[in-house]
Amino acid sequence: MQSVLSIAVDALAYGMVLFVISIGLSMTMGLMRVVNLAHGAFAMVGGYLASYAVRDLGLGYVAGVVLAVAGTVVIAAPIERLLYRRIYNKPELIQVLMTIGITFCVIGIANYLFGPTLKTIPLPAMLSGPVDLGFRSIAAHKLFAILCGLAVAAALWYLVERTPFGVKLRASVDNTPMAAALGVRTKYVYAASFAISVGLAAFGGIVGAELLPIEPYYALRYMVTFLVVVSVGGAGSIGGALLACLVLGAIDTTGRYLVPEYGEFFFYLAVIAIVCAFPRGLLGKA
Amino acid sequence: MDADHPASLAGQVARPRFSASADWIGLAAILAAAIIFYLLFPNNLALLTRVIGIVMLVLSVDLVTGFCGVATLGHAALFGAGAYAAGIAAAHFGITDPIAMIAAGAAGGAVAGLISGLVVLRGHGLGQLVLSIAIVNLFHEAANKAASWTGGSDGLTDIAPSPLFGVFAFDLWGRTAYGLGIALLVIVFFLLQRLSRSPFGMLCRGIRQDPIRVAAMGASVRKTLLKMYIISGLVAGVGGGLNAISTQVVGLDSLSFTLSAQALVMLVIGGTGSLYGAIIGTVVFMLFEDFVSAANPFHWLTIMGALLVGVVLFAPRGIFGTAAHLFDQWRRR
Repeated sequence: MQSVLSIAVDALAYGMVLFVISIGLSMTMGLMRVVNLAHGAFAMVGGYLASYAVRDLGLGYVAGVVLAVAGTVVIAAPIERLLYRRIYNKPELIQVLMTIGITFCVIGIANYLFGPTLKTIPLPAMLSGPVDLGFRSIAAHKLFAILCGLAVAAALWYLVERTPFGVKLRASVDNTPMAAALGVRTKYVYAASFAISVGLAAFGGIVGAELLPIEPYYALRYMVTFLVVVSVGGAGSIGGALLACLVLGAIDTTGRYLVPEYGEFFFYLAVIAIVCAFPRGLLGKA
Repeated sequence: MDADHPASLAGQVARPRFSASADWIGLAAILAAAIIFYLLFPNNLALLTRVIGIVMLVLSVDLVTGFCGVATLGHAALFGAGAYAAGIAAAHFGITDPIAMIAAGAAGGAVAGLISGLVVLRGHGLGQLVLSIAIVNLFHEAANKAASWTGGSDGLTDIAPSPLFGVFAFDLWGRTAYGLGIALLVIVFFLLQRLSRSPFGMLCRGIRQDPIRVAAMGASVRKTLLKMYIISGLVAGVGGGLNAISTQVVGLDSLSFTLSAQALVMLVIGGTGSLYGAIIGTVVFMLFEDFVSAANPFHWLTIMGALLVGVVLFAPRGIFGTAAHLFDQWRRR
């Protein structure tokens, strides 16, 4: 019973971290149809900036997180303007190659600036100890990650379903030329959602740094995981991404606890089964 | 298709306009290049043989990506399966004849191609990409788990190929392996040239341009692509087998996502949809890598990333495609 609970908590925390990072990817893929393999690189940049701000500059955790998310968006904006805008509406192969190229560059530069070692983001005292939930205690940072995931899901749902921006966003997803003809400035919608997507990636990278440690090859190591989440959940679907993260987090964590010698065998087997059974993702639109 | 996507990566190059004599010129060029490289780097034949093995992998990626338009990031599964098939044949079944090992590699690659094709061709777009990645990672984990057969993360050793034709032993300098590699490359290249001009090859190009129209014409898109996947597995398997013979060890890295991604990058740098592009891209990439990464592996990553972005933006046809295009324009003047 004890181990079932701890597997469940770990799976939930891992799934929520995956969700915070990949939901931005899912949004941009649903909206701009860009296969963005560099998404993990932005999460990594966020982690590095937060580590630098908190550990080396001595800022508080909250200030560090805000600064790092803002910094990542500022770094990503010119990349969107100069590189991504040229590959919207291009064949997938071109998008894959361009974004892999960006990822390689980010890895090389991160290693040059920060070195090949693991970077930690020091947690404030409130998050570093265990939390007593009454029936058992769990690590506070895992609880924090779970709460962040829920908060992001709720905030995104509100943004997309209940605000004027959400209306424009959904209109652009469904039919970009028609939305543009009706006066939606799709270019700004694209830029804004790209910024939100990158910001969420950075936030997820920081919150999840305890589970997915920050090092130069982060961008390559987890690239596949984030892509898998989006294709299993269905591009552009918040509920789908949440479901996919919980299912995949559960499979991966359970596999690691019970049959560690198989590595990620069952994870990928499950991915193949799900993608074959649901080619559009669990909750994706046709 | 070409009118819709002027910057489309695939296939402006390899229209069958070259005459048969151009084929022989191509083969002669490969042989000449092989001799020149042999004279330039006599102490680096092991690297050159590895390049030949990877050329087969990249040719095999070209068959499905360049000819058929199936984007894949998991093609090392076919290459690694070939390498492990050849290695296991030698280490566990005592089949040490190099030709038989190559045959085992080709068979292993073809089986892996069939499995990959069955899975990958079920998806579209992003799903297809993810399925191809999942396949190569699945193979990787399976090979890691089956350590009694594959040696797991230590790699498969005890591969001792017997002399080629009973005469040419595999020496320390790797001359025999290099010669075998060049011979295999010439044979494979000759056959693939035939294939690319055959009705089957034309059908594959048609599928890349418009699968719906091909289906409407009465051809089975899925069956054709599956066949191409198996052929692609044969080619990659020969490359894997050659690699197993020349290095006498098979590691898990031959089944990795990284190798798959690199193969795609090499193909694009050379030019998709053209057999020459695949060869040129691999040779340029690997020699450049050997040169730069000896200095600093991370600078190599930055340079490769920048190169990739540059190729996609400014020369989407790749080295060979751009050169062929310029040559064409010059000739028309």
